[in-house]
Amino acid sequence: MTTVVTENCKGCRFTDCVAVCPVACFHYDDEMLYIDPDVCIDCSACIPECPVEAIFEEDDIPEGQEHWTEINADKAPDLPLIEEPMDPLPEAEERKADLGF
Amino acid sequence: MSSLGDESNPLRVAIVGSGPSGFYATEALIKSSLIVEIDLIERLPAPFGLVRNGVAPDHPKLKQAIKVYKKVAQNPEFNFVGNVTVGVDIKAEELQQTHHAVIYTCGAETDRRLGIPGEDLPGSHTATEFVGWYNGHPDYRDRTFDLSHETAVVIGQGNVAADVARILAKSVDELKQTDIAQHALDVLAESRVRTIYVVGRRGPAQAKFASKELKEFLEIENCRPYIDPAELELNEASQLEIDSKEGRGNKKNIEIFHQFAGSEDTGKQRVCIATFLKSPLRLEGEGRLQKIIFETNELSGEPFRQSAKGTGQTTEIDCGIMFRSIGYNGVPIEGVPFYERWGTIPNDAGRITSEQGGATVPGLYTAGWIKRGPSGIIGTNRACAVETVEALLEDVGELDTDKPGREGLYKILNSNNVSYIDYAQWEKIDAAEVAAGELKSKPREKFTRRTEMLEVAGS
Repeated sequence: MTTVVTENCKGCRFTDCVAVCPVACFHYDDEMLYIDPDVCIDCSACIPECPVEAIFEEDDIPEGQEHWTEINADKAPDLPLIEEPMDPLPEAEERKADLGF
Repeated sequence: MSSLGDESNPLRVAIVGSGPSGFYATEALIKSSLIVEIDLIERLPAPFGLVRNGVAPDHPKLKQAIKVYKKVAQNPEFNFVGNVTVGVDIKAEELQQTHHAVIYTCGAETDRRLGIPGEDLPGSHTATEFVGWYNGHPDYRDRTFDLSHETAVVIGQGNVAADVARILAKSVDELKQTDIAQHALDVLAESRVRTIYVVGRRGPAQAKFASKELKEFLEIENCRPYIDPAELELNEASQLEIDSKEGRGNKKNIEIFHQFAGSEDTGKQRVCIATFLKSPLRLEGEGRLQKIIFETNELSGEPFRQSAKGTGQTTEIDCGIMFRSIGYNGVPIEGVPFYERWGTIPNDAGRITSEQGGATVPGLYTAGWIKRGPSGIIGTNRACAVETVEALLEDVGELDTDKPGREGLYKILNSNNVSYIDYAQWEKIDAAEVAAGELKSKPREKFTRRTEMLEVAGS
């Protein structure tokens, strides 16, 4: 089991999750965040922090989003680590509204 | 002129309590732009607080948070001062004299009381005692738990209540390769408990369990989780709660509760029954706990503000042991402000105040459960400690600049004949525990006596 960042993060990258991660397992690129499953301890602290509900426990991922488990595992280890929250992407608020949050 | 926090006068901070909040505060200070010296003071000879002594032994992944703390401990700015109780071995006021700032991160160490007749009957326990006992905490090493009666009751419906119920429910085979203390395993092996009630004051939609903790009950080898389906009928306000966005965790819980309600009786040795809308009125028994009398409650009020009120109707559960887990309070430290009502240190975003809502006390800070009360999980304390350290860093210009730091601290401890241990000594204890565990295919076998730990540490 791990915890997974999914589609909704793309274009938002709010990073509220990062502040409560006890083990620094988030990585980022220009679009979104990814969780390194080898570092994550499955504490789920990040899940309620996400303003667009992008983060799920692996066995709880909505249908059609399951592929994100593999994407997180593939991408995270080679991307830079993020340990402190940073500003969301410029279009984040707009995207959040589009997503219905 | 040099200023506080540069090479010639490092910012000397004492942090009291080496659980997650203590380590996250340390980490945030080390990451700051100032030159710092941190003395992390711990009353036990072992660091890591509730990650070592609270997180259940069958949750090894959560304990990996310790890896992060071990990394923090490798920084040259870090110093561990174990086996030192502030308020006993050194006064809080003395610490204010030795360090530029003191951060209290000492957690919430006692259980709230039910405040009902019979609460102190033998057989009535706190979850804290049981958790400390199975986790090998030296303070709880000699507690005894009589598991000879077939019914046990847990009062409370949060994650600690779930931990207690799960440890009672699991077979020894499921626990023996965890870091559970051997003395606990020996007692659990003889347990005659067959039915475990987990009782909540409010309804199923208000239970505080994390759904992940609930799901684990579906996997226990010899225990069937069960709920009377009638107890899952929700009133309108509760239905609105779970259908709203804030209620998505509770909605998941309700889904799992329905799986409990529909679970088949496949002849498993034990059953764990969650039951709702009941407040204990009194504990009864001849010389020891035999029975708990509950009053049935009903909910009223707006969604998310529903309160449980007694209906006057009562029910009873015959049982031999009870654990209460209805919330936690901090323990006051002499010389440090304390707000009895909440069991916390009064503070303004981490700056300690003279009283609740009072003026800030220069140089005193707090983080973690003792700052905000016992809510949130390990990671919540990271954000909390960062907030506190930000406040401290803003105040640096106003702090007294002339403090001796650890030199002054050691001087006081030595004159009080305190045998403190440093991080290298803890590492010896750590290595010895891991080696002892290897023989039994356990991640570690903890030392459960201070004397043993100090001996291994060479103190």
